[in-house]
Amino acid sequence: MQSINNIQDEIIEDFSMYDDWNDKYEYLIEFGKSLPIMEEQYKTEDNRIHGCQSKVWLHPEIKDDKLFFHADSDAIITKGIVGLLVKVLSGHTPKEIADSDLYFINKIGLQEHLSPTRANGLVSMIKKMKTYGIAFQAEH
Amino acid sequence: MLNIQQIRADFPILNEKIRSKQLVYLDNGASTQKPQAVIDAESYYYEHQYANIHRGVHYLSQIGTDLYENVRKQVQQFIHAKHDHEVIFTKGTTNAINLVAYTFGRKFINEGDEIVVTEMEHHSNIVPWQMLCDEKKCVLKVIPLQADGTILLEDAEKLITPKTKLVSVVYVSNALGTINPIEELIVIAHKNGAKILIDAAQAIQHFTIDVQALDCDFLVFSGHKIYGPTGTGILYGKEGILNEMPPYEGGGDMIKTVSFKGTTYNDLPFKFEAGTPNIAGCIALGTAVKYVQEIGIENISTYETELLNYATEKLSAIEGLTIYGTAKQKSSVISFLLDGIHPYDVGVILDNMGIAIRTGHHCAQPVMDHYEIPGTCRASFSFYNTKEEVDMLVEGILKAKKMLS
Repeated sequence: MQSINNIQDEIIEDFSMYDDWNDKYEYLIEFGKSLPIMEEQYKTEDNRIHGCQSKVWLHPEIKDDKLFFHADSDAIITKGIVGLLVKVLSGHTPKEIADSDLYFINKIGLQEHLSPTRANGLVSMIKKMKTYGIAFQAEH
Repeated sequence: MLNIQQIRADFPILNEKIRSKQLVYLDNGASTQKPQAVIDAESYYYEHQYANIHRGVHYLSQIGTDLYENVRKQVQQFIHAKHDHEVIFTKGTTNAINLVAYTFGRKFINEGDEIVVTEMEHHSNIVPWQMLCDEKKCVLKVIPLQADGTILLEDAEKLITPKTKLVSVVYVSNALGTINPIEELIVIAHKNGAKILIDAAQAIQHFTIDVQALDCDFLVFSGHKIYGPTGTGILYGKEGILNEMPPYEGGGDMIKTVSFKGTTYNDLPFKFEAGTPNIAGCIALGTAVKYVQEIGIENISTYETELLNYATEKLSAIEGLTIYGTAKQKSSVISFLLDGIHPYDVGVILDNMGIAIRTGHHCAQPVMDHYEIPGTCRASFSFYNTKEEVDMLVEGILKAKKMLS
């Protein structure tokens, strides 16, 4: 398993190939579409992250002391970004997740999607992923 | 005929490049851009005339007071109110509605009384009444929405009864563009002994409003939606009702005398204007109203209708695009969705092309629930927009559709 930072660096490298917004978003959209649709049973109110523009669902699962995430969104660009976050954080220990510094978002020029005014649920999603990290860390 | 190029030159922001592309600003329903004259009026006041207003004997205070009070008279004429003291300065539409809910509502609406709104209200014309209903055990009744985004007068006739104390309705729906039959609603309200508040936030910038001809009891709007500064707004109320209402906030300016034995309140309009107001903003609002009057609200109306018709035709031709809100009487707002595509995604793609539209529920969640949709994309046009910009929007939508399908 690669470290969180190694995965982030890989994503940054992938995105460096795209010099205009068009390609970047084409990639995000395709990536979003390629991700599995979350099973309805996990799309519960508990797993729902409230943003006023798009819906995001996040389901945590602990397996062999590692924290895994399943996530989905009803907007495809949001889902693409959600997918990147899952790719970076899922499968690491709760401590690694709680301590992570998600620098890749700025580096690939998607920071505007994390502005609270976007209200797409992504800021809350990151906060929640880290909160799960802290919570599971305390449990184990 | 309006000279659009000349008008566009009055709005400096329209020359801005957004993400190195020419800005196409189609979010006028959320807020309108400011002409240079408005921007200048605010800074001129701060540079040359600023002091606190009312009661100051010194020169600057008097100038400021005159300028501020002149705007009140100007707004009075603009909405054809009988008296200038029927025009109350507020922070905006939301603040004005809350003022009425808190004062008129607290005094005149009691347990079991009814308040009637429509299903297409902005949250700011729902929540203050829900808060009042929680407190006073009164009942909120809702005139339902039809498929085309209109309401039926027969529903209004049924819901507005002698139990109704207040009807509070939106003139033009921000989410759908529907122009409501407020003349008829005013008659129905009065026939049942109810007062009526008109939320004109999306109407004041589009067509002539005559509060005396309408005979509404209250009418509210925001300055920033009629090319003026944010943090300014107007509550119009009939003199008799305003006089009967208790004050809203307590503080400076709203009192006649203050002592620990008891305080007496100031006369209209000051009774409702506690504290130092947004003086510069209100003065610039006067400039905005003057600007609109010089162009001519009738000219604006005609041109915006032409733009709306053009855009409706062009957007309707896009396969898989559904327009929400297809009333015969509409203002220049188009809410739409592309089949199977989330509005947020469309907004992001258009934004990258420099095209500013609004996506989401537009602070009218009940409207979205009615159509069972997560939200819409909304393009709203002003008289500084052009048919070329509509074409760019269409091009953007087609691109978004291609990328997202």
